Amino acid sequence: MKWFSLIILGAFLALVVYAGGDLPALGDPESPSHVHVSPSYIEGSIPETRTPNIVTAVLADYRGYDTLGETLVIVTAGLAVLLILPRGALRRIR
Amino acid sequence: MIEAWVDRGTYFMTMLLLVLGLYGIILKRNLVKKLIGLNIFQTAIFLFFIQGSTKFGATVPVVDSRLGTGAMNYVNPLPHALILTAIVVSVAITGVALALLITIYRRYRSLDERILLERMRQSS
Amino acid sequence: MRRRYENPIVEGVSRVMVPLIQLFGLYVIAHGHYGPGGGFQGGVILAASMMLLRLSLGEEQEHRRFSPRAAAALSAVGMLVFAATGLLSLVEGKEFLNYAGLPLGELSGAEARYLGILMVEIGIGLAVWGTLVMLFDHLLGGEAK
Repeated sequence: MKWFSLIILGAFLALVVYAGGDLPALGDPESPSHVHVSPSYIEGSIPETRTPNIVTAVLADYRGYDTLGETLVIVTAGLAVLLILPRGALRRIR
Repeated sequence: MIEAWVDRGTYFMTMLLLVLGLYGIILKRNLVKKLIGLNIFQTAIFLFFIQGSTKFGATVPVVDSRLGTGAMNYVNPLPHALILTAIVVSVAITGVALALLITIYRRYRSLDERILLERMRQSS
Repeated sequence: MRRRYENPIVEGVSRVMVPLIQLFGLYVIAHGHYGPGGGFQGGVILAASMMLLRLSLGEEQEHRRFSPRAAAALSAVGMLVFAATGLLSLVEGKEFLNYAGLPLGELSGAEARYLGILMVEIGIGLAVWGTLVMLFDHLLGGEAK
């Protein structure tokens, strides 16, 4: 069983390395992830939002809806731990 | 042929980390070691995205008044924002997983996979 | 981990370091516009200062000062600040989370978005601070005997 899993992991590594040959070269300025929407974020950061830190402007203003969902995720995780391991008044209810 | 490997060498190291994380999740018997493997897997994904966002001759994505606002002077900021979200999700997953591990230990007195399966079969 | 660490060096250094760590955390939140930082990073640093207090000065004394209920309330208040900033833009007729529509009087679009980002980062900082302290308290709440 253990050898079978190791062979599967080795095959997975070979497959991923073979597929990595199609990736664009490291640092290429013309790769497809750099040309579509991120130049508009870089150039519009100072005139539209007056924040020099482009990552904060993207996280809190241009993609603020995703940050709302993510804050909801961390508050839900806190709530889940509060219900799984109660202490104090909640422990008497359980 | 060799240029293809040298240009993408750091991507291949990230893929090695990914397979090491998967090895930890599948082949280790202790539940805490599986959780550590999950964290290694997530770290490999973060490194992959951050490597994909670099450009030659570019600097950090904080607008410098001497360089202007041209898009070629700054590193792509979009994967950095995605990875900040992913790191926070990883912290939340680790917190809830540790709470579940504490509950399992209190109930079955063991964190080993095979011993847990035997005790669960005996108690059901 | 729940009782006081009975050593004067540990207690003295913790008492000196905690205000400095909190000041640095507030600095990281407030300077998220001009350098690396922002809500998440500052919230984690503030939570680390609370954890240092709990580890070195004991749980009973620190829970009287900042109880686990206060941490849970703080995380909910942070989420509420974020959602309220998004909902305030509906007052002026713009969309949800479009900070140009915040009712701030004579400020223009770019200035209003600047202040909107700052309010949202404060909300995120509070939410992460409260949640991490609550996670710490509940994971250490009762050790398995």
